[in-house]
Amino acid sequence: MSQAVTTPTPIPTPASPPPAPMSRDRVERAVLRVLKPLVITVLTLVTAFPFFYMVMLSLRDIQELILDPGSLWPDRFTLSTYADVLGRQGFLTFIGNSAIVAVASVAVTLLIAVPGAYAVARLRFFGRRQVHFLFLAVYLFPAIVLAIPLFVLFTMLGLRGSLVGLILVYIAQTVPVAVYMLRNYFESVPQSVEEAASIDGCGRMETIWRVVLPLSKPALMATGLYSFMIAWNEFLFALLFLVERRDSWTVSLGLSQLAGSIEIPTTVLMAGSVVLTLPIVVVFFASERLLTEGLTVGAEKG
Amino acid sequence: MSGPPPGSAATMERPAPAAPPPGPGRTLRQQEGRAGLYLISPTLVITLVVVVVPLLWAIMLAFQDARLINIRQVGIFGHYTLENFTYVLAEPGFWSSLVTTLVYTVAGTALSIAIGLVAALALRDRFRGRTLVRASILVPYVAPVVAVAFLWDVMLNPQYGIVNTWLGEPVAFLTQAEGTLFGVQVPVALLTVIAFEAWRYFPFAFLFILARLQALPPELDEAAVVDGATPSQRFRYVIMPQLWRVVALLSVLRFVFTFTKFDDVYLLTGGGAGTEVVSVRVYDFLTSRDDIGASAAQAIIMAVVLVVFLVIYLRFFGGGAERS
Repeated sequence: MSQAVTTPTPIPTPASPPPAPMSRDRVERAVLRVLKPLVITVLTLVTAFPFFYMVMLSLRDIQELILDPGSLWPDRFTLSTYADVLGRQGFLTFIGNSAIVAVASVAVTLLIAVPGAYAVARLRFFGRRQVHFLFLAVYLFPAIVLAIPLFVLFTMLGLRGSLVGLILVYIAQTVPVAVYMLRNYFESVPQSVEEAASIDGCGRMETIWRVVLPLSKPALMATGLYSFMIAWNEFLFALLFLVERRDSWTVSLGLSQLAGSIEIPTTVLMAGSVVLTLPIVVVFFASERLLTEGLTVGAEKG
Repeated sequence: MSGPPPGSAATMERPAPAAPPPGPGRTLRQQEGRAGLYLISPTLVITLVVVVVPLLWAIMLAFQDARLINIRQVGIFGHYTLENFTYVLAEPGFWSSLVTTLVYTVAGTALSIAIGLVAALALRDRFRGRTLVRASILVPYVAPVVAVAFLWDVMLNPQYGIVNTWLGEPVAFLTQAEGTLFGVQVPVALLTVIAFEAWRYFPFAFLFILARLQALPPELDEAAVVDGATPSQRFRYVIMPQLWRVVALLSVLRFVFTFTKFDDVYLLTGGGAGTEVVSVRVYDFLTSRDDIGASAAQAIIMAVVLVVFLVIYLRFFGGGAERS
């Protein structure tokens, strides 16, 4: 105890000034005191301003933008841009497609990844160690290489324009990472609880369903959100598979395709990007803590 | 759920080998292995069908004269040739796109990690509104790439983009290959695309580095303060040595992701104005030129170059990262 009391005393050294090296210390501290708020301000501006601008632009008429491109605040707020983009430009359909794709991807990913993660976490089976390697390879695998044969295959099967093919690809891309994220969590579930369940007569699947899953809700949420974000944001495969059928466009694809056309006003398209961005940002911040923990598990191991 | 206390269950864990095997003539261990394979098999099947098999097929296509018109005739036992590779390698466009990809990747990776490091250091200590700043920093990474690329496109537009209203004379950031900055010739579009990359992915580095920073034991830093180390000395000799591992990991991850990145460049410039990276070229060959073989050949070369870089990297820096 006495040591704990004495240690804090040397820390406020700046009060007692040893001559030469302290001056450098003082200069650096002074510089940092100015620099730090500056860095924080710049970072916040650089990241937040474009999105603020996005929302502001989506709320005005195109005439205003052309007459006064430098203004941030609209003279007259209007929601007609949103009505236009959702109705006439068909974004409601695109949102429906994106929602179908994302929800189906999440459901099937979890359905596949939960047993897989449980097996890797708990069961000793042939090839368990090699499985990790496969997951890492898929995680790092360039999508553009996969795009070629899948494009050819889907063309041959006539699956281009169908959402099912797209969902399949998204599942394959998220399942390995989902297994990895879930496995880390399952390993932290005490084994004794499961054993108690199995003594009570639960089979393996029943143990997973009744014991492991309820204990792993945060990890399930994080994994589900991860695959939701992938499916909602993805662009390359949507472009390759769906571009010829406008009814099947996802929101991402729809915005990218319409962005090139001259007839649609930029402010209307900006409303489209708000519609595309908002769900993801809301979902992310509703669960941010869960998700960042999931995303950085690798960093904390080092 | 009422059951025996966990302690008594633990004694049941590993029955002696002498115990009669439950189930039809199998040991518990065998049963376990079997169950494991059953449970993992859906994962394996989907990765095999959608990733591994297509990869093999892509390699095969690279050695065949495949076009969408004749694709049904190009079977597994079709005619194999090196023509795609000789054709692709003979085109100057391929080599310049490889160089562009490399510049784009190295600069994008380095910048995003450097900014991420600065951001993590600045946000390390608590201050009022930190949660909000942190949230704001993460948005570029979380937001859909199509939306942010369109946003940049509008903001940088020479006619009505807000950035150009701040400048003396409008700059066509995304469509101009060369321009002068302070009298120096610079690749405008390429730099813009790199800036986009840094802006969009520094939050990724920020997350990793911040997590590591917050897991560092505070004693070392405190001891250095007591010893009279200045902030820059503490960063150089105390904090940075403990961050090298995560920076090395980030370098590999960002390098791999950026080197094969398609969306960002395609959406911003479409590969024009000196920003044609290999992945965009692969896409162009696949869709507009309808030359599947050449497209696959370039993708394979890109993957091989990537692997070579990774091996070199791990040779030179892998050992160092292990030690620190």
